[in-house]
Amino acid sequence: MIKNLDRTEIGLLIALPILIIIAFILPKWLVNYVHVSMGTGLVALGVMIQMRAGLVSFGQGLYFCVGGYAAGMMAKFYGITDFFVLLAVGILAALVLSALLGFLLRRYREIFFAMLSLALSMILFGMLSSVEELGSTDGFNLPTASYLGWSPTGETAQLTLYTLTCIIAIGCAIALNRFLKSPIGYINEAIRENELRVEYLGTSAHKAVHITYVLAAVVSAIGGVLWALPLGHVDPEMTNWTTSGQFVFVSILSGTGNIIAPMIGTFLLEIVRVYAVEISPNTWQMILGTVMLLTIIFLPKGLWSLITRKKKATRDDGASAPIAGE
Amino acid sequence: MTTILETKNLEMKFGAVYAAKDINISIQAGEVLGVIGSNGAGKTTFVNMVTGYLKPTSGDIIYRGKSIAGRPTREVTKLGICRSFQIPQLFPELPVIENMLIALTIAKQDRPVLFQPAIDGALEDEAHALLARFNIDGYADQEIQTLPQGVRKLVDIAMATVTEPDLLFLDEPTSGVSADEKMDFMRVLIDALQTTRTAVLFIEHDMEIVEAFSPRCVAFYEGTILADGPTAEVLENAKVREFVIGSEYHRSSSDSTQQAGAT
Repeated sequence: MIKNLDRTEIGLLIALPILIIIAFILPKWLVNYVHVSMGTGLVALGVMIQMRAGLVSFGQGLYFCVGGYAAGMMAKFYGITDFFVLLAVGILAALVLSALLGFLLRRYREIFFAMLSLALSMILFGMLSSVEELGSTDGFNLPTASYLGWSPTGETAQLTLYTLTCIIAIGCAIALNRFLKSPIGYINEAIRENELRVEYLGTSAHKAVHITYVLAAVVSAIGGVLWALPLGHVDPEMTNWTTSGQFVFVSILSGTGNIIAPMIGTFLLEIVRVYAVEISPNTWQMILGTVMLLTIIFLPKGLWSLITRKKKATRDDGASAPIAGE
Repeated sequence: MTTILETKNLEMKFGAVYAAKDINISIQAGEVLGVIGSNGAGKTTFVNMVTGYLKPTSGDIIYRGKSIAGRPTREVTKLGICRSFQIPQLFPELPVIENMLIALTIAKQDRPVLFQPAIDGALEDEAHALLARFNIDGYADQEIQTLPQGVRKLVDIAMATVTEPDLLFLDEPTSGVSADEKMDFMRVLIDALQTTRTAVLFIEHDMEIVEAFSPRCVAFYEGTILADGPTAEVLENAKVREFVIGSEYHRSSSDSTQQAGAT
């Protein structure tokens, strides 16, 4: 079994107990950021796997919101609080919606894909903002989750939710890492580079894009549920373009080199934002913007390229050493 | 010999312009066929129609007894008709080996596979073996965008052969290859392809290469077929000499070597 895991997956499995232990060691505010970034980090992963195919989704908040709202509405209207049911409902809602919208979106690339995904997410934003039963722009609250009949409260509830979030987030990351290395993952890279050739090699680019789109939607919806439950609240901001923009921001900041990158990137962004707001409460966006610009200029392939570049350098040194000795 | 491909009155019209008209060609299993014609004569349009990139306005394409006209490119590829491109269509930011691995992965999958690794040792060996067949294994780890045009051409062709097609179209395989290297380049190519009994149709502007490698030749002119037959006869045809080859072409051996040096 261990043999089948690659280094990223081993790293993720090692990270899992560490993440859980963190909850007992680090100050509570920081753990909260870790918790919330795992939810949003999953959405960033959804953006990232689409970026591998050259598709920039400027509306990934759509599924983030669909997941959160589907779970929330289940609790609000049917009184269901079971974590696993809420998660399943979130996934199902995203699955159905993305499978349908996929037929439209898979035909578009580049700016057209970006704008169309943005438009779709803003339609949901407009709709939710005007539905009074769902609290309009204020959204509504979610209850504390129960787990197969067990309803913990207070500290225990938080820890349980945190632990489950860690397990699910790591599980999703491993699954997506497998996806990137699967035939469809490779086909996506090929689509980014040259779609004409993909068709001439004998496979449908549309189908691959559709599958990727649905998968990204499902992961984003999981992120939405996992984000909404600890906060206990959902509102239409989840599908506003500023939220979607952040996910794109994270993917660019961290790069598409490795599945771990967007997870770490999300957390870094949260922390940078915390301090940016502290340093200059009114112009904190400028600090984020500067970070973004510097990243694009100096690390066009994202922060992850720092790690791969270092690895390459040491490998090259190793290779050239015997020649230098001759 | 069995006929694997037959086109019947194939026609392609763009507005009022005929890019191809009354194209009747049949190709036998395992044969090598050269196609000549000036720019805009309809050679590439013909390839585009047969491989499904363009849908012919009328006429039919029969492959192994079945009509394939209007079928999408990916289905035509799966049936065993592949092509290479005049301008290599590759994945420029990926290394040669990954280009091959992607091609092999696609060739081997029948339905979408999501969570299983695409690449294993066996597939990599296969990719290296294919590259070795075209003498380009040494470039395996280089990115496409760093390679000279001739190597890109071979990668493009190698990628077209991963499914071991029954019929392969080569769209100007030697364009972008220097005049001195053309003959050797074609030799490597044709030898590699002959090992799998693939029928090859290649488009070529260099008459010496057509003479050397294809026993049969088809000449296109303004969307129609001007001549089709044994290469020596086609190249002697008065119309072909007037419209396709031009008067500067002389078939005396001393002149032709001179010309090869000059171009």
